Amino acid sequence: MLFTDSVFIIGLCVLAAVYFVIPKKTRWGLLLLASCAFYAYSGWTNLLYILTTAASTFGVTLAMDRMAAKRKETLTAHKADWSKDEKKAYKEAANKKRFRLLVLCLFINFGMLAVIKYGAFTVKNLNSLIGVFGGEGSIPVPEFLLPMGISFFIFQTMGYAIDVYREKYAAERNFAKLTLFVSFFPQLIQGPISRFDELSKGLFAGSGFEARRVLFGVQRILWGYMKKMVIADRMLPAVKVLISDPEQYRGMYALVGILFYGLQLYADFTGGIDITIGIGQVLGIPIAENFNRPFFSKNITEYWRRWHITLGTWFKDYLFYPVSVCKPMINFSKWSRQKLGKNIGKYAPVYVSTVAVWFVTGLWHGAAWNFIVWGLMNAVVILVSERCTPLYQKFHKKFAWSNTHAYDGFQALRTFLLMGCLRMFDCYRDVPLTFKMFGTMFTDWNVGIFFDGSLMNLSLTASDYAVLLTGTAVLFIASLLGRKGSVRKQILDRSPLLSCAVTVALLLIVVIFGAYGIGYDASQFIYNQF
Amino acid sequence: MTKGKILLCGTGMAAASVLLLAAAQRLLMPKYMGDVVEGNLVADYYDSGYDHDVLFVGDCECYENFSPVTMWQEYGISSYIRGSAQQLIWQSYYLLEDALRYEKPDVAVFNVLSMKYGEPQNENYNRMSIDGMRWSQSKSDNIKASMTEDESYLSYVFPILRFHSRWNDLCADDFTYFFGAEPNFFSGYFLRADVKPAENVPTGRPLTDYAFADTCWEYLDKMRTLCDETGIKLVLIKAPSVYPYWYPQWNKQIEEYAEKYALPYINFLDEDLMAETGVDLSSDTYDGGLHMNVYGAEKLSHWFGAYLSRTFSLGDRRDEPQLSAHWREITERYYAEIARQKDNLEKYGNVKGEQKPEE
Repeated sequence: MLFTDSVFIIGLCVLAAVYFVIPKKTRWGLLLLASCAFYAYSGWTNLLYILTTAASTFGVTLAMDRMAAKRKETLTAHKADWSKDEKKAYKEAANKKRFRLLVLCLFINFGMLAVIKYGAFTVKNLNSLIGVFGGEGSIPVPEFLLPMGISFFIFQTMGYAIDVYREKYAAERNFAKLTLFVSFFPQLIQGPISRFDELSKGLFAGSGFEARRVLFGVQRILWGYMKKMVIADRMLPAVKVLISDPEQYRGMYALVGILFYGLQLYADFTGGIDITIGIGQVLGIPIAENFNRPFFSKNITEYWRRWHITLGTWFKDYLFYPVSVCKPMINFSKWSRQKLGKNIGKYAPVYVSTVAVWFVTGLWHGAAWNFIVWGLMNAVVILVSERCTPLYQKFHKKFAWSNTHAYDGFQALRTFLLMGCLRMFDCYRDVPLTFKMFGTMFTDWNVGIFFDGSLMNLSLTASDYAVLLTGTAVLFIASLLGRKGSVRKQILDRSPLLSCAVTVALLLIVVIFGAYGIGYDASQFIYNQF
Repeated sequence: MTKGKILLCGTGMAAASVLLLAAAQRLLMPKYMGDVVEGNLVADYYDSGYDHDVLFVGDCECYENFSPVTMWQEYGISSYIRGSAQQLIWQSYYLLEDALRYEKPDVAVFNVLSMKYGEPQNENYNRMSIDGMRWSQSKSDNIKASMTEDESYLSYVFPILRFHSRWNDLCADDFTYFFGAEPNFFSGYFLRADVKPAENVPTGRPLTDYAFADTCWEYLDKMRTLCDETGIKLVLIKAPSVYPYWYPQWNKQIEEYAEKYALPYINFLDEDLMAETGVDLSSDTYDGGLHMNVYGAEKLSHWFGAYLSRTFSLGDRRDEPQLSAHWREITERYYAEIARQKDNLEKYGNVKGEQKPEE
């Protein structure tokens, strides 16, 4: 089910109405029911995956919790009679057991994800490899239908399991409540990847009706629909045309593709997240922000701090730091300092961790080489950019004009284009073709397409361009205003009547200028595929 | 803000949304006042006074081939044609069912050409046939039966969801006819006064299967039962349109059905009958034999009116003052339209009065 399906929109209205009528204590139950129904709509069997994740995590986290309690109890009981070493040895042994349980949970869930999402990719590559060495390479390729949002709910739930292992908070003792955390429907399609301690409070509290909050929520939902239906879906046919025939659409067309796809992806992904956060706001459930005006970033590191924030922090907290401080990495660090010299030795572990994280980030986006290369290219750009930081600092010190707003704008544009080039791997889904198309931007200098009306042959009419330009301008202005705080709050503070008018206007804009219905492709959210 | 103010704001916002969306819907829905006027046929019925002895249901072979004005003028029969472009049999059934909410005619006439379509065909025609209906169970059932794969029920409930993208095609007509279309029809009849003879009409190519679809028989049965239950006489007809081709194998099935249920079936394509009606395909059609022009429709109605009066003992109602006044208005418009079209034909060579580009 898509956020843009009429069934979803009607269901959401009914849910919101019922939610505020039933007793507070039972509201989380209604959300669980709605989440199960939402997921089951895409196939009853898909519920099995969510239940497997919920059940395995519930069992393991409870056991880890009990073991931690027992460890604490034993240590307290032997506070006086055990030596420091005895205590340490006991603690290590107890934690080892807990760690084994955590590994079991990670193995079940990431194993399930690996088989379903990466099984076919792995076997195909194995077959190719066997073929290279003269074998037949005929291992049957497993075919699985990718359950909706599986990467999102598994990552979110494993984050919870690791947090319980780290004793950041206690395990949830109600299976149904944990299942709700795993399956909360607005997040299932494309995240964000929430943390249990942040999400659970609102999820289980059953907040009451608060007009201001509900109004803000509705405005956020409509804003999300505006981005998705008016901008992203209207842009879709042009992006499809540009990608579908790389032989024809080369050179400057590839540049146009970078711009169009960048805008489409932004409007699509942030639009979906706006709808998710808006639903949460209506129901009184705070959901983590996933974007912070990413296209205003001055460099790629900053960009990744502002784009898909929850995925970035997940990798940082649960992969980058653990990998950086794990025993083999410490050993590698020592070895590299001895063998490669102080300078390289100092950075080598960071480089290895960064490359590992970006390799996994690429793989998370899809079981294909284009995503892996995309991830690795990100790592390369980030590392090179970090190595060059002292040079940038010198440059900024020397040239005062490099500290102006105009230069900030240049940096933002540069980052946008750089990220656009990297996104070409996502567009063309073919590594050699991506490099080829990138090359054509410098070899096929067909700048005439910007003036001879060629852009009118990309399945977009003059009116489509007018809507897209206006929509993009509105997004840009809203982003600028957003730097001073919530735009919705600014409008409401100015006048409640204006706030109501904006809501009605947004509704009209979505209904009239949205690209939906007959003549338009019902497109799913791009991040839904991941 | 106090609770009262919040309630007021919420209600105001909801009311403004509904009003503006309704206005936008009104503006964006096609007005069917340009080249394609047939989209207004179905809605036109609700201004017809609901006092008809005979109700026609069917496709263009109905609304372009029979002239209710002739039947009124010559026999005092008040009739109405509930037809629309490519009207499928279930649409005819539901339009008849819908009409019975307002009146009870003595005779229902169904043109059988649509028996050839066993599945929903075209969204544009569906829209022209359904959007004009007032809300009722019949409309709801009609939507469900007619929707093609790409359509959604909700877009019939809120047509703005279908026509929203017309903001780009808005023209003067959309503003001029915002509050309603001008009457274009004459008791459901679509009038054309030009002539294009039927020449070189192709015969039908052999089909692999001539059997009508089960769905069509099901709806014909429903139509027959509905008429039986309400005491309406059902007459099956095949209009004298020579294209689309009406296969003898199809005709036979209808004949057998009519015989089985003792229903009158009149096939106007029958050569003897055509001669009897006086229809001449070299002068009585405006598009090469697909539809009659007003001269053909009048000849056909002259014969059919006599048949209906005779067979079903329909009385002459021309002495009823209220009904006469209603028909006087239609008749005046009818002759004015014939005069207008003739005038245009003379001046511009076409009935619409479109000036040909200078050579």
